[in-house]
Amino acid sequence: MTTGDIGIRVSVNGRLVEAHVSPRLTLADFLREELKLTGTHLGCEHGVCGSCTVLLDGEAVRSCLIFACQADGLSVTTVEGLSPPGELNELQRAFQRHHALQCGFCTPGMLTTATALLRETLRPTAEQVREAISGNICRCTGYKPIVDAILDASQAAHGEKPREQNSHTAGPIGAALSPNIGQPMQRREDVRFLNGSSCYVDDIKRPGMLYAAVVRSAHAHAHIRKINTMEAKAQPGVAAILTFEDIDGWAKPNQIWVKPLPGFERFLQMPLARDRVLYVGEPVAVVVADDRYRAEDAAEQVVVDYEPMDAVVDVHASSTDRVLLHPAQRTNLASRYTVGRGDVDGAFARAAYRRKETFKVHRHSAVPLETRGLVAEWDASSKRMRVWGPTKILFRNRGVLAGMLKVPEDHIEFIHVDVGGSFGVRGEHYPEDFLIPFAAMRLGRPVKWIEDRREHLMATNHSREMQCELEIAVDASGCILALRGRLLVDMGAYVRPNGGVGPSMVLQLMCGPYRILNSSFEMHALMTNKTPVGSYRAPGRYESSFFRERLVDLAAADLGIEPAEFRKRNLIGPDEMPWDAGAFIPGVEPAVYDTGHYPAVMARALREFDYESLAPLRGRMIDGRLHGVGMGCFVESTGGGLAETVRLRIAGPDRIELYTGSSSAGQGHETVMVQILADEMGVHPSQATVFHGSTSFLENGGGSYHSRSVVMGGSAIVLAARKLREQIVALVAARRGLAAHTLRYKAGRIERCADGFPITTLATLAEQAQQDASIRAALEASATFSNDKKLTYTFGTQLAHVAVDPETAAVEVLRFLTVEDVGRMINPAIVHGQTIGASVQGMGATFLDQFMYDEAGQLLTGSFADYLLPTSTDFPHVDAISLEESPSNSNPLGAKGAGEGGMVATAAALSNAVDEALRPLGVTVCELPLSMDNLARWIRQSSAIGEQQSP
Amino acid sequence: MKAPRFDYVVPRTIPEALSLLEHGAETAKLLAGGQSLVPALNLRLAAPSLLIDLGRISEMRALQRRADGSVIAGAMARHRDFELNPLVRRSLPLVHATMPSVAHVQIRNRGTIGGSLSHADPSAEWPALSVACGATLTLRSAKATRRVAAEDFNLGLYATVLHPDEMLTEIVFPPWPANRRWGFQEVSRRQGDFAIVGVVCVIDMDELGRASAARIVVFGASDRAIPVREAADVLVGRVPSNNVIREAARVVGATVPTRSDIHASAAYRTTLVEVLSRRALQQAFPGLAEVA
Repeated sequence: MTTGDIGIRVSVNGRLVEAHVSPRLTLADFLREELKLTGTHLGCEHGVCGSCTVLLDGEAVRSCLIFACQADGLSVTTVEGLSPPGELNELQRAFQRHHALQCGFCTPGMLTTATALLRETLRPTAEQVREAISGNICRCTGYKPIVDAILDASQAAHGEKPREQNSHTAGPIGAALSPNIGQPMQRREDVRFLNGSSCYVDDIKRPGMLYAAVVRSAHAHAHIRKINTMEAKAQPGVAAILTFEDIDGWAKPNQIWVKPLPGFERFLQMPLARDRVLYVGEPVAVVVADDRYRAEDAAEQVVVDYEPMDAVVDVHASSTDRVLLHPAQRTNLASRYTVGRGDVDGAFARAAYRRKETFKVHRHSAVPLETRGLVAEWDASSKRMRVWGPTKILFRNRGVLAGMLKVPEDHIEFIHVDVGGSFGVRGEHYPEDFLIPFAAMRLGRPVKWIEDRREHLMATNHSREMQCELEIAVDASGCILALRGRLLVDMGAYVRPNGGVGPSMVLQLMCGPYRILNSSFEMHALMTNKTPVGSYRAPGRYESSFFRERLVDLAAADLGIEPAEFRKRNLIGPDEMPWDAGAFIPGVEPAVYDTGHYPAVMARALREFDYESLAPLRGRMIDGRLHGVGMGCFVESTGGGLAETVRLRIAGPDRIELYTGSSSAGQGHETVMVQILADEMGVHPSQATVFHGSTSFLENGGGSYHSRSVVMGGSAIVLAARKLREQIVALVAARRGLAAHTLRYKAGRIERCADGFPITTLATLAEQAQQDASIRAALEASATFSNDKKLTYTFGTQLAHVAVDPETAAVEVLRFLTVEDVGRMINPAIVHGQTIGASVQGMGATFLDQFMYDEAGQLLTGSFADYLLPTSTDFPHVDAISLEESPSNSNPLGAKGAGEGGMVATAAALSNAVDEALRPLGVTVCELPLSMDNLARWIRQSSAIGEQQSP
Repeated sequence: MKAPRFDYVVPRTIPEALSLLEHGAETAKLLAGGQSLVPALNLRLAAPSLLIDLGRISEMRALQRRADGSVIAGAMARHRDFELNPLVRRSLPLVHATMPSVAHVQIRNRGTIGGSLSHADPSAEWPALSVACGATLTLRSAKATRRVAAEDFNLGLYATVLHPDEMLTEIVFPPWPANRRWGFQEVSRRQGDFAIVGVVCVIDMDELGRASAARIVVFGASDRAIPVREAADVLVGRVPSNNVIREAARVVGATVPTRSDIHASAAYRTTLVEVLSRRALQQAFPGLAEVA
């Protein structure tokens, strides 16, 4: 019998490795921690997500479900072994060509799985590819580009030459005049994601680093009588255990970052629970040990003596205030306000038609494939802190942390590494964003914390759970006169920094793209003993579109008006732009829709969908399935936050550097920013390098959220380039004794305006700059773009055609289409990828994803076996068309945000389609998700189904 | 999510494994494919003191067709072996057709028939397949060997007749008659997920076109795979027709108890049991006239 370490010999990527391993060390951890092959990623550690897939003796296996000792004598191939160093193989190149990756976190697992498939099946069909990768979850791409890439690679393997694009050339700076904006340029960041050399936070290792594990509440609502850490502290390898006493005097409640709705400030969270816990998963203690395995061993030994209390698990129970979560506030009602405009009562009084329904959206969230994580390192001598892993809004969060750690802001450096998806939930200031740096400071050693998947599902923001009673008033001609309603939002146990975004945006966007002049809404944000909520991609948009578009369809059906026709009558017209949509968020100025031709975009969508030809199928039973077609129209607000900063620097004769406050979570900033810069400076894209996110690059920066990176960060590039060009011309003019207005900058050259006579080149100046500080100064420029609080608004229409098996409640989405006008596309392939990916996320959200709790507040969906994300076989038929019909007039690029639109009306279109399909059975869809169990229940309950109708 | 500490041992023969199991019976766990056990370890839902890795006992992975047409599978034969092996396609067409519904390729590359049967997940395919095929399971301990019919093996939710010192070593599938019809239907939330409800049926036909023997097995609905004899009795001796099939399906629906969980209520499962039973039988007898 073997106790202790076991000697193994494993061939890894063709190299024989001998090692001694602990029996419980997984193959994944062996590869990552012992062999530094960090291309193999851990996304769930319970065998569902597929990110850790490697080839074991040529077969695709999950390396989180195999212990390293089981691989003794076998051969392992990881993503790093798929191609020679510095090269990409056929499959990897196909992934790049097809934009088959965004954040890159799932990519190594996809590549290894596809490699095994292509060895076994020479010419797989699309269905075979989808089946083969169905055990690999991707949150970004919607799978379609991945399937296309694998099919393309299989063809290339049979001598059919794939197309190559974007040849890269090097040379003196400048010389490129062809426009880069608008080109579907391959992503320059892809190479590191494809060959396993990317660097996510879990890939950071620092000398002497310790590992943290967070002890979390097992109860939804309880007093903490006592925490006993004696036993845990005695465990081998334990460096420290922190409880509330340790952080008292340092930690402060979280701050509200955006949308501080009235009353919210009373319901904030401390990083560790003091004497009460309010949700399952609330941090209670932090264990720091010399490896993660031992940290978890010790965490199990922390004994918390709880006195459980009744849990409040829904908004109705919360609103009674029978059980109070925050007794000092004497209410569970975190915020209550009324917003509106016009004469709502008058409009309802004169309406020819009124209908009121109550709609519900279920609790779900973003669930990026990479969980959250941090590495913090404190240098006691210089009193400086470095933190790897922050994202989204680094400058803002650095300020929050500096306030708690009592150090100047510029003593903290936030380093932005590769990020495995965000979709809104990552990067706000969570409890761990204080706890881990604090532990590093306290211990004087680097500390790493990587959230595990179980933690993620209970600790990272949930989202979207709310119900809305909504009433519509329509006149005799089919024009919507008014909307009024009441929104009950389940906030969870505390108000998080962006907890107000979803609820407030629901009301701001409730009237959406329609000419509705009278509306009034009541907000009730209520506390419950569940995980706190925050924003998730298209916050408030997804929900409000569902509420409004469902009611619009119900009204159209009642009035006997074809749903598209009903919408057309009510869409805001192009001659009504800019449209004042009113102020529906306390303390926030009115929303003004900037530009758009909504009816034309909707008409395009209907045409592309062949909408009219589907009429004979609608509501009909064909081959045992009921067909329905549904649509949703939406307005999406993008480009928020006040400002973004960019710094440009000519770094050498063949190099220009771009530093931006935008932070990428996989969207492709390094490519898009370069496309803008290349055009503005007339340089070849290969001459530009982007540095994004980290706080050391700039003095201040905004970040990435609200689909703002191109609108704000991109516009800042335009301003910075303009300034840089002017500086360069002024410099050359001054040195040559010429008037600045007689010279111009053109594609890396400074020439005489009159005749184009060349004066000098940027490359020459860059060389001279090495000796001359004044030239150096002129070759660097910063600019900040401010939107003056003017947002950009896209408009889109989404359409779904579904077939529902009424016996099994199985729904097949036969086709799903998004048509959205995003003003201007910098990179159409990236926009397309965002839209398709968002659509599939929205389809998953509508049918599958759901956090469920029991009546005691226990989370029932704590693993990927229970919280179901869409896989490659679920929604294969997704299309997207992005238009550039109505550029924004609020920024120099004319761009509008394009990251979230694909999600906005997914629930709206799908629920309208499913409702139409099930209408013959008497079902009316008012609730999400459209899970099989829910659909089956509605079908059972509907009176129309009788024995005689079953086939 | 890291596994707790355990000791690890790799026996090379069945007797060696059995001897280790006998000595560590109370706190030892057999490690087969690990596709259910290792997640449980990583989630710290299980904490055995010793893992006995069966992965190096080569005789346990054998998959052979015997002269009489029966198929004998070592308990460590993998799902993928059944999916890809041509002899399974010929000798156990139902099993072959069902394999793609078992999880995903990475899981099938490691997961084993013996591991799945011993784990006894009520929503897994293997317990139902083994019952439907009339398989016989060989259970061995260091002291004794016994054989049990597949339908007597499973006692309930994650519970089998295995004693703590016993191990499932091989599964024998009796010869597949030439005149056998079969059907397999399953509803899961996503492809590859455990079934909400699944139904497997096999029907043997006589020369006159009557069903001479039948098994209808429902899984996912309750605490284990359930053969519904009452429904088989509806079929036997009769020429299958849509009416007969409907009658049998109704009997299945009325007989099988159903459970609720977060994915499906008992009422939904009851609906599915009848619908999928009907569809499985229709799959076995395609193209039946509506009235027969």
